[in-house]
Amino acid sequence: MTSLTDLTITEALAKMRTGEISSVELTQAHIDQIEKYEPQVKAFLTVTAESALQQAQAADDMRADGGDAPLLGIPLAIKDVLSTQGVETTAGSKILKGYVPLFDATCVARLKEAGMVMVGKLNMDEFAMGSSTENSGYFTTHNPWDLDRVPGGSSGGSGAAVAAHMALGTLGTDTGGSIRLPGAFCGVAAVKPSYGRVSRYGLLAYGSSLDQPGPLAHTVEDTARILQVMAGKDPLDATSMPVEVPDYVAGLTGDVKGLKIGVPQEFFVSGMQPEVEQAVQAALKWFEDQGAELVEVHLPHTEYALSAYYIIATSEASANLARYDGIRFGARVDGSDVIETYKLTRGQGFGDEVKRRIMLGTYALSAGYYDAWYGKAQQVRALIKQDYDKAFEQVDVMIAPTSPTTAFKIGQNTSDPMQMYLADILTIGANLAGVCGISVPCGVDDAGLPIGLQIFGPAFGEDVMFRAAHAYEQATDWHTRKAALIS
Amino acid sequence: MSDWTTIIGLEVHAEMLTKTKMFSACPVVDSVTAAPNSAVDPLSLGMPGTLPVINQQAMDMGMMVGLALNCEIPPFNQFARKNYFYPDLPKGYQISQYEYPLAVNGYMDIELEDGTTKRIGVTRAHMEEDTGKLTHVNGGSLVDFNRAGVPLLEIVSEPDIRSSAEAEAYARKLRSILQYLGVNHGDMSKGVLRFEANVSVMHKDDTEFRTRTEIKNLNSIRTMVRAIDKEVKRQIKLWESGEGVKQATLGWDEDAGKILIQRYKERPDEYRYFPEPDLPIVEVSRDWVERIRATLPELPDTKRTRYIEELGLTPYDAHVLTLDKAVADYFDDVVAAGADAKSAANWMTGDLFRVLNDANIAREDIANTPLTAEKFAGMIKLVEGPTINAATARKDVMPVMLETGKDAATIVEEKGLAQISDPNLIADKVQEAIDSNGDIVQKYLDGNDKVINALFGKTMGALRGKGDPAVVRQVLQEKLDAMKA
Repeated sequence: MTSLTDLTITEALAKMRTGEISSVELTQAHIDQIEKYEPQVKAFLTVTAESALQQAQAADDMRADGGDAPLLGIPLAIKDVLSTQGVETTAGSKILKGYVPLFDATCVARLKEAGMVMVGKLNMDEFAMGSSTENSGYFTTHNPWDLDRVPGGSSGGSGAAVAAHMALGTLGTDTGGSIRLPGAFCGVAAVKPSYGRVSRYGLLAYGSSLDQPGPLAHTVEDTARILQVMAGKDPLDATSMPVEVPDYVAGLTGDVKGLKIGVPQEFFVSGMQPEVEQAVQAALKWFEDQGAELVEVHLPHTEYALSAYYIIATSEASANLARYDGIRFGARVDGSDVIETYKLTRGQGFGDEVKRRIMLGTYALSAGYYDAWYGKAQQVRALIKQDYDKAFEQVDVMIAPTSPTTAFKIGQNTSDPMQMYLADILTIGANLAGVCGISVPCGVDDAGLPIGLQIFGPAFGEDVMFRAAHAYEQATDWHTRKAALIS
Repeated sequence: MSDWTTIIGLEVHAEMLTKTKMFSACPVVDSVTAAPNSAVDPLSLGMPGTLPVINQQAMDMGMMVGLALNCEIPPFNQFARKNYFYPDLPKGYQISQYEYPLAVNGYMDIELEDGTTKRIGVTRAHMEEDTGKLTHVNGGSLVDFNRAGVPLLEIVSEPDIRSSAEAEAYARKLRSILQYLGVNHGDMSKGVLRFEANVSVMHKDDTEFRTRTEIKNLNSIRTMVRAIDKEVKRQIKLWESGEGVKQATLGWDEDAGKILIQRYKERPDEYRYFPEPDLPIVEVSRDWVERIRATLPELPDTKRTRYIEELGLTPYDAHVLTLDKAVADYFDDVVAAGADAKSAANWMTGDLFRVLNDANIAREDIANTPLTAEKFAGMIKLVEGPTINAATARKDVMPVMLETGKDAATIVEEKGLAQISDPNLIADKVQEAIDSNGDIVQKYLDGNDKVINALFGKTMGALRGKGDPAVVRQVLQEKLDAMKA
């Protein structure tokens, strides 16, 4: 018999619906898995085992009474940047040590409404600033495929927890690739929804015009099930869009015949790890073999994306993080006056990368520099969005690698922020353009590390993105491979 | 005359009287009477993850003010973040409007003492959120976030104001307009309406403005006038002494009647404004503007014109009566209750205001006194009757009405104040006055017409002031004329 931790959400739901398994059994199996592997992986900042079992029991009771819900009894874990009522939420920062939200993020509330069992809060780079979880204010998460390597970031805990089968799915957030990169590095399906698709209410903002919560799971279908619940207009988020949410699972036909697939030339960069390029080319070949049409497309402003991103995201962050002043919540270090209290609280509460980005953003917004930095970056952003819009006039989806390399070693890039920033070079454009993207496993490198295939859909085109990703995934077995730690 | 001209621009912050805060469903309360931090929600406290949502009612009210100030309403406006650290600012930034305000390029006409009007430009009006309130106590500071997030409209004038008197006229009229629109109570002591004056002086030989200072924390219009006068003197002295004026933010010490220098501005403020990414641009359709325009009530200028043209009031009475919406409403009610408009105007601008003043009641609170418009109209009708004379009404009836809320007729009856119009009784008393004041009568007969007033006074005294003045005067004249002949 398949172990309970090897099930997909789709399978687990089916087994619970027939009464073959209970949510309590399923949840307990995942808690056991956490206990077994967490000391090595360190994916969780908080494990909520007790309340998870209570929620599982409630789910079983509801089912026994004839009730059901889209994710009833499914154990999931949540990135610590998403507010969870009554459960400490730190965004991986010491400055929020002890902060317990009074409310749930809308996406978390919707998952609870849909029957989720929450097993815990996941580690991340502090305030989602980073690509490896090495910037966590608490500890670094290890990649279950190779414990000496990073899981990617900033949603590294979210990727590692799925790869280590500690939860059937997780939520991450993606500002410049923070869901997709851990997806690629950890060999799981990982979705960045279109900007405005999922409410940001309760998400501790980093780059407000870029942030999106999204799911990670074992399969594309599982991510589709989670996104189905999260997506849609929220009256509490003025940037969430009132665009209808199609039935994603119903759209997973497995058929890609006639699909027009753009291949953005700028994304096949020199210096890319050879196995990555080979794996992605092989995937493209598969699509062509299924009757899809490959179209060469150009995103000519791609080379400016990284610069624009680091101006816009850090500018927004410099304001977003101003509220962490020790006055109303979180940690406070008292000084002799209010200015000193600010300095001590923020000086000790924030880590180096967060301070670096606050300073960068503060500088970019300063009088005399605004036009040259923030203003220019917004113009570049408009051009990048135009690139994507034009490309999607020609094609249904675009395909590229998720990352130029597979997971790098812990400590390899920590001394060179620029090298670390380059890990996001293939993902950042989607955030600037507001389109959706998914990373799915498409191979392993010579070291046995997973390679991510990135499929972009147009804004609010998650359905076609899911269809292409699902068809490829189901025709290959990369997603069924297990991380070294648990195989 | 002085070689110096005063240059003033006013920045006005007016809280909008909405049910909920600017960006959340948190109720708005009276920040003076409510318990501290009793009207807060996660957004008002700047809790992590909260997001703003624009309050439509606040935007409507802001637009009303913009239209009332003859502003253009641009086709879109945009919120921006104004970044600075202060413990009363929960998010570390204030959501305001910067590059693209709600309303621009307006004006307001103010009435000057010499009866002329002057047009003061309104640069812009933009929406923002209020901050919390700090109270400094021994050993620390307390912060109350009830006010944090309350919708605030900032109205900025052009530097067209040339004296503290003009500043006062502008402030009073603007407050009046806000009250007419029903968007603000105008109570400066509660901080719902706050004025800041940008003041500089200009020498007659100057071709451009000199350094200006900004006076904040002015909690009444009277205070503003005093502070401006002091500041103008201070600046002229500094220029004339050769020291010069440094750009500064000033406060006002009410008790000492002194300007306080709070901080010098070495550099311009650095707020790092940028467009608020949590809010979409607000597109303003012409339909929206016209819908709001259609809801504008009759404003002071229109009302004043109507009083002059339709009711025949003097420009002065019309001006005084329309200054406060509450006063104008009261006047309208008095007239509606049947009082003659011109009499009502006379009674209100003269006697009623004096009686209110004596009783220490602000004019704008008139409707909250026991002296209702209907009762006041009743009194005026008694005088016109004429059941009582004006002096009796003024001295013996009105103060009692104000205190007790009784009808004028009841008071007249209880106190026996009805005026004496019986010609026979009046003739007897007139004769008594003539008989016992032979010397005065002689002066009259010698051609001194004015002494008739002394005889009138004696007669009225004998009638305990209740004689119908017209009848008394007529009888007296007749009797004296008979003696002359």
